[in-house]
Amino acid sequence: MNECGEYKDLDIQNPVLKVLRQDRIPHIWCPGCGIGTSLNCFARALMDCGLNLDKVAVVSGIGCTGRTAGYLNLDSFHTTHGRAIPFATGLKLSNPELSVVVYSGDGDLFAIGGNHFFHAARRNMDLLVVCVNNYTYGMTGGQVAPTTPLGPTQTTMPYGNFEQSFNLPFVADACGATYVARWTAYHVRQLAKAMNEALLKKGLRFIEVLCPCPTLYSRRNKLGDGVDQMKYYKEKSVIKNGADTKEAVLTFQGEIIVGKFIDRERPTWLDSMNKHLSVALGDSFVPYGTNGGDNGQN
Amino acid sequence: MANQTDEKKGKGTVFVKSEHCKGCSYCIDFCPTGAIGFSKEFNQKGYHFPVPVQAEKCTGCDLCGLYCPDFAIFGVRYKDLEEMRLKQA
Repeated sequence: MNECGEYKDLDIQNPVLKVLRQDRIPHIWCPGCGIGTSLNCFARALMDCGLNLDKVAVVSGIGCTGRTAGYLNLDSFHTTHGRAIPFATGLKLSNPELSVVVYSGDGDLFAIGGNHFFHAARRNMDLLVVCVNNYTYGMTGGQVAPTTPLGPTQTTMPYGNFEQSFNLPFVADACGATYVARWTAYHVRQLAKAMNEALLKKGLRFIEVLCPCPTLYSRRNKLGDGVDQMKYYKEKSVIKNGADTKEAVLTFQGEIIVGKFIDRERPTWLDSMNKHLSVALGDSFVPYGTNGGDNGQN
Repeated sequence: MANQTDEKKGKGTVFVKSEHCKGCSYCIDFCPTGAIGFSKEFNQKGYHFPVPVQAEKCTGCDLCGLYCPDFAIFGVRYKDLEEMRLKQA
């Protein structure tokens, strides 16, 4: 690692390697893929948030982004397709002192796993959901995804996509998430800060990360390399914190509204259950997981 | 990788693990001071990796380290390096 002449005697390594499984690096993502950048931000957020990393678990589903669980040196699980949130819900409820993070892609979380997301947000399950949105199904060859905007060509849409796409922050907001933010792979500092903030909050927190897919989405639509998509994010994104999520619609190569949209307090599922059953059953009820609200800080 | 024989020395430097680089050029395009550029050599996989082309401009801000999808580069301030040296000694 140390290739810097004067400092050859020092044992220096990239600070993020502390939270990564170094034997798995280099990873399999394509050159110019933004997932690595989002993972880099997440690793920094983990190091800065002050949580006990032995009490943080990462769950991911299937897909390019699903591989993050395998690269993080935490307790992690790579679940079946779309079932990251049900697995994470079970993990959180059986061991409430864990901080559980679901790190997956748009196809996994909102296509096959869409239903699970809606209900986890409705119940306000105590999870952080990071959704890396690259507008396509990367691992399977560039099919049209529920997040593909109107217009671009995909393997299964050779004449351009005509299906209306999901507006993910709006979906999360409508389902009742307590924290909703959207950043792109270009906004690294803001993204790392948002992840840090969200790791320390309670309830279902949702962060959408827009990221380039140079191999499938960009190449098929002649948008250039990963870095060209990053430059598009730089030029066309507008930071509007607290904006109405309804307006944060993504269009093909159009303006992107980024920022922290929602930050509110709602009782989590465990809090609601304990409160309700304490009233309904009286003294015979022993509250469950009440010391789990500290987010693993002890 | 910084050329230490240079008379002009910036505030910081970058460390590059060239074999991990995939040549995406994020660090080069988004370096706030334009201190990094592509190398002339290839790494084993056939990519040009970043090298400090204007080492005296580097501030060690570590923005390249935050952008790098492959964890192949990071920046450090000389101040912190000296502190590290004192600690390790």
